[in-house]
Amino acid sequence: MLNRIRDFFTTLLGKNKTPEPALDNIVTAPLSEAQLQSIRALSASRYEPMHLLATTAQSVGRQRELNEDCLFSLSSTLAGNTGSPPFGLFIIADGMGGHQYGEVASNTAIRVISSFVMKKFQGALFGMPPTPVEESLQEILQAAIAEAQKAVLREAPGSGTTITAALVLGQQLTIAHIGDSRAYLLYNDQRMEAVTRDHSLVRRLEELGQITAAEAAVHPQRNVLYRALGQGDNLEADITTIPFPMNGYLLLCSDGLWGVVPDADMRRIITEGPTMQRACQNLIAAANAAGGPDNISAVLVQLLG
Amino acid sequence: METQIIDGLSSGNEKRQVTGQLASGTNLVNRYLIQEVIGVGGMGSVYRARDLHFPNVVKLVAVKEMINQAPDPLVRQTIVQNFEREANILATLSHPSIPRIYDYFTLENRSYLVLEFVNGKDMESMLAQTEGFISEQQTLSWALELCDVLIFLHGHKPDPIIFRDMKPSNVMINQHNRIMLVDFGIAKPFQSGQKGTMIGTEGYSPPEQYRGEANIQADIYALGATLHHLLTRRDPRLEAPFSFAERPVRKINPSVSIEMEAVINTALQYNASDRFKSVEDFKSALLSAGKKTGLLQHIGPSPAAPVFQATGIKPIWTFQCEDEIRGSAMIYNGTVYAGCYDNNLYALNAATGEFIWKYAAEGGIVSRPAAYEDSIYFGSEDHRVHAVNARSGKVNWTYYTEDRVRSSPRIAEGHLFIGSDDKFLHAVNLVTGRRAWTFDTGAEIRGTPFVANDLVFFGNEAGDFFALDFRGQVKWRYKAKRNVTSSPWVQENSVYFNSMDGYLYCLDARTGFLLWRFRMDKPSIVSPAVAEGLVFTGSADGCIYAVEAKTTREVWRFKTDHQVNGSPVIYRDSLYCGSVDGNLYCLEYRTGRLRWKYATKGPITAAPLAYDDIVYIGSHDHHLYALLA
Repeated sequence: MLNRIRDFFTTLLGKNKTPEPALDNIVTAPLSEAQLQSIRALSASRYEPMHLLATTAQSVGRQRELNEDCLFSLSSTLAGNTGSPPFGLFIIADGMGGHQYGEVASNTAIRVISSFVMKKFQGALFGMPPTPVEESLQEILQAAIAEAQKAVLREAPGSGTTITAALVLGQQLTIAHIGDSRAYLLYNDQRMEAVTRDHSLVRRLEELGQITAAEAAVHPQRNVLYRALGQGDNLEADITTIPFPMNGYLLLCSDGLWGVVPDADMRRIITEGPTMQRACQNLIAAANAAGGPDNISAVLVQLLG
Repeated sequence: METQIIDGLSSGNEKRQVTGQLASGTNLVNRYLIQEVIGVGGMGSVYRARDLHFPNVVKLVAVKEMINQAPDPLVRQTIVQNFEREANILATLSHPSIPRIYDYFTLENRSYLVLEFVNGKDMESMLAQTEGFISEQQTLSWALELCDVLIFLHGHKPDPIIFRDMKPSNVMINQHNRIMLVDFGIAKPFQSGQKGTMIGTEGYSPPEQYRGEANIQADIYALGATLHHLLTRRDPRLEAPFSFAERPVRKINPSVSIEMEAVINTALQYNASDRFKSVEDFKSALLSAGKKTGLLQHIGPSPAAPVFQATGIKPIWTFQCEDEIRGSAMIYNGTVYAGCYDNNLYALNAATGEFIWKYAAEGGIVSRPAAYEDSIYFGSEDHRVHAVNARSGKVNWTYYTEDRVRSSPRIAEGHLFIGSDDKFLHAVNLVTGRRAWTFDTGAEIRGTPFVANDLVFFGNEAGDFFALDFRGQVKWRYKAKRNVTSSPWVQENSVYFNSMDGYLYCLDARTGFLLWRFRMDKPSIVSPAVAEGLVFTGSADGCIYAVEAKTTREVWRFKTDHQVNGSPVIYRDSLYCGSVDGNLYCLEYRTGRLRWKYATKGPITAAPLAYDDIVYIGSHDHHLYALLA
């Protein structure tokens, strides 16, 4: 960065090679307004209006014939004299392999949740009469999940799917989650953290201190879930609200990605870019390079503001 | 690629058509005449058959089939060898609760076990086909029998036999209401690192069994899990693994005795070393629990007794005023300032309680004072906001509103923000005491405004909640169903406040979107406090709550003897809160455990003040107390 500033000044001021000044004759001159403006422009990183940038990537993997993953990504911006905070809805669903209709379950769940949420928040786009939203964001996602559960039981009985749905409104991120797909947040200080908890047997064993994370990664039963959408009578999704780090990233992915590519590698791929779109494709490529044992899906979102 | 779905409903009822199932009438090895399918297991079916070697009587047997479908011939051979080895062991066991083995043989890729036929149902079917809870007495009787058979297996020489698969579907109840243990792992599916995600877990197995370690304690855990399922009718396979502690037996089935619950809890400890050392111990614990003669012993750890001093807490000092202290105190430069309903603002030495000065307003003071650069500011029911010198108590200026001021001031950006019963929010210049602007809200404002992110947040008695900028322009507003008397708390872009509609609200500070709300049983005027991701609040239902901010999950609640109208305060790792029952409570804020309580002689509606290891609280009994934190 400093090199660029130096080069800039060299061009601006001409290559005047002043002789080495004697140390006690150095005079510090204040910067001119033009120089100040350029510096400000170089270091400016604000975006107006605040909005979401999202990209997705998917692959059936190297060892499966059918893609039972399903992903959804939508962001909308309304800005002007009266505007709305940026809106985003991002969902990953991983249908149960070996079951009948795993791909129907994941697809159904996503369709139902996205239409439910869109009608609640973007009714105006569909010409619906404006009704004030009375329920809290958490309650809305909970209701959307309940509708999805009913639909999956109806359309793909005996099947199941994971579901990780992220609703972004302004800087607040609300996530509804069941299963072992994951949501990660990548902060400006390069920290990457999973913000969902896997509903898997091995995760539970890890929480109880019975096995270590390393043992969990190779445990023969690491695919066993105790909760899935479409399974069970009293379905409870984990619903969390956290702030979206400004200019940070949200990554949603199925276990075909996180189960095969270590977190540190995922973080490196995202920060290396050079664009978000390329980074997202590279994540999938990394999973395939590691054998691609399962379907791979990823949604990468950045909040710009 | 087998995917198992546990739905808790199958077994016994449906006789699913399985490929290769033997048809009724089939004659197996010229001896066993298959009559009908009585069950379907993981690797084959179970049939009822007639042993034709006894032509003059109808001797019924159970024929258990295992279809060996492993593709690898070496694996196939291993499965058969395991099968034969276990069959040999079982052939030598003789116990009334274990079905006798009569024969075994292998035909091509199928192996068969011929067993004593049990005329009855397994416990899982029985649960599915009945309604209502099974009696503790019946459960106890079956439990004792199960202990006996486990004791027998564990005592086997040379090696103890660990059953490893105790669960209701493996326990049959015969026509004499005696239990029979079935399925000794012979027909267990061979797991070879399955691909694809399985849903469902075993539910009855202890954590260590997933590490491949299964000892006597594993059977103890599984028996505890089985009893838990019997008494609560809650199938552990449908719940998060190892989460029995979240479903206490008596919470679901209050008719179960405390003693029985305690025995089951010991058997269900995560750590094998915390459970019973042997099934003999388990059995004698059950027997003790069963004795109804008054010699009932408490078995297992008793609930942690709170570290609790009922008496013996003495205040460092107390100060008596002439009327109720309804508002909170404030400390500035070693002096405690407290307003009283006797119209006075008192300035006392914070360490000794020594009286320094008092300032007389013309109306009661419920406002909490605020300090800034040597001046103290507060509102009074005399309609005014007063600014007095912190050291001398001499008035600098007063500011008039049109009605009583019960709100407390908040100072920011050189201005004082305060609400009044005149329905306006007032912004007053701190130095001059002149009005900067007012904002008409249409109803009385009684809480303290909170200033953060360049916005002023506050609610009013009509249930409206506002976010204004420093010029008095509305950024957003929200409507709760009833009065928002509470003062809001803003932390990291979220605004928290209570309403008399019984909800704790969490809104996005920038946009006013409702993120979540938490329901309490009664109205609340408490101002929430936030620490470490937990929101603390209280309600007229008498409880102090701790709610996890991210997930709305109630972490704990603490019940006092009367309404909680004063706000909680967090200091170090304690929470201090007063109740209308007159007590000031000191709780551990992470767990809600009571540390101590101090009884004043009147209701407490103020929020405590904690500073420098001292807690200050005023009560309706006219006193201000200073206690050791």
